[in-house]
Amino acid sequence: MAELIDLVLLAMLALTALRIIFLKDLFAVVMLFGIYSFLSALIFINLDAVDVAFTEASVGAGISTVLMLGTLALTGRKEKKNSHSSLLPLLVVTVTGAALIYGTLDMPPFGDPDNPVHQHVAPRYIEESPQEIGLPNMVTSVLASYRAFDTLGEVVVVFAAAIGVLALLGIRRKKDSDLESGLKEHKVLHVIAKIVIPHVILFALYVQFHGDFGPGGGFQAGVIAAAAFILYALVFGLPNTLAVASPKFLQWMASFGVLLYAGVGLVSMIKGGQFLDYNKLAADPIAGQHYGIIIIELGVGITVFAVMLSIFYAFSSQAERSNVQ
Amino acid sequence: MFILDIVSSILLIAGVFFGFSGAVGLFKFPDFFTRVHAASVTDSIAAILVISGLLLQTSFDLNTAKLVFILLFLMITSPTASHALAKSARHGGLLTLAEAKTENKGADDKQEQAH
Repeated sequence: MAELIDLVLLAMLALTALRIIFLKDLFAVVMLFGIYSFLSALIFINLDAVDVAFTEASVGAGISTVLMLGTLALTGRKEKKNSHSSLLPLLVVTVTGAALIYGTLDMPPFGDPDNPVHQHVAPRYIEESPQEIGLPNMVTSVLASYRAFDTLGEVVVVFAAAIGVLALLGIRRKKDSDLESGLKEHKVLHVIAKIVIPHVILFALYVQFHGDFGPGGGFQAGVIAAAAFILYALVFGLPNTLAVASPKFLQWMASFGVLLYAGVGLVSMIKGGQFLDYNKLAADPIAGQHYGIIIIELGVGITVFAVMLSIFYAFSSQAERSNVQ
Repeated sequence: MFILDIVSSILLIAGVFFGFSGAVGLFKFPDFFTRVHAASVTDSIAAILVISGLLLQTSFDLNTAKLVFILLFLMITSPTASHALAKSARHGGLLTLAEAKTENKGADDKQEQAH
């Protein structure tokens, strides 16, 4: 049964991907990207990878769709006619694809239990992490403790994305604040948004601090909290949102999250361990692990939240400006 | 337990039926407003039926509470989404099928009178 579901989902995934390639209407393409992400999330759930599915649904289908729509508001929704010959790109793509397929021949057979990854890394985590870290959610143990340095790298990548977007676009503070923004006519949306937004933020906090015990963590929580603010900006207008969370504040928050993460690493070095060695944070190594994981997840959450909201500000303040002109 | 299973499968099948009919309507209906109407059937009644069916499959623990929260969230947000869609289309000047017909007719009549 599970295989049948997998096959159907993979077929729909392939169809969506083909449709994305051939469509010229970029608005539809963005919507199809969202569907693509939801389908992959379903496949991940079918593979029992709920943490990954959660991330895919919130980041891939949620926030990136919003950010791509924000980009479309700046660029227009039709794909430009391509006047170049497509022979050379076709050749490059064919050669690259052939090389990649040739490369996969050296990979261990798919799904084979004798693969190296199932021989030493995975059993090590599964057998030792309950004693060493003691978190019910092993994914969080691996992500935040065993591979804490990788995750620090990911957070820095997110931070760098914000620096890139802000350096290119910048956030325009308008002098003309009488500018129409938000959906003044939609009274129903106002009421519902007021009910929904606090609960979304509450859910983000739940995901943030429950990540040790169930699916979730800093990445998902940051994205969900940012989504609540984006909903506020869409319904009540950007100037109101800028008053709640100013761009300057968000820039401080984005740096603060990364620093908090790296600071945990430095503290563990001061205490005589290695970088990000949480065992030294408290007298009891397991308690130290718990402190370390909670603090670095908080750092991740703060950075992701601030970065996503900053990028949204950058796009939508530009779009409002071009709407006025 | 046996009766609960039967009721739950009836609810699930009904939910699937409404979800399917919503999808068919989305493809077959002629204009935007009728399509939104079909899509909102999937959002509202199909979601309610499917989640009610799943509720009966749980052993009334934390999962039940989570499903109830999901149901509440869907019941608040999806009618709002349909409403916002339809209202935006209306404000954007999209006419319903009937209105478009009468408008065309009126234009034709005027042309005939001019002749």
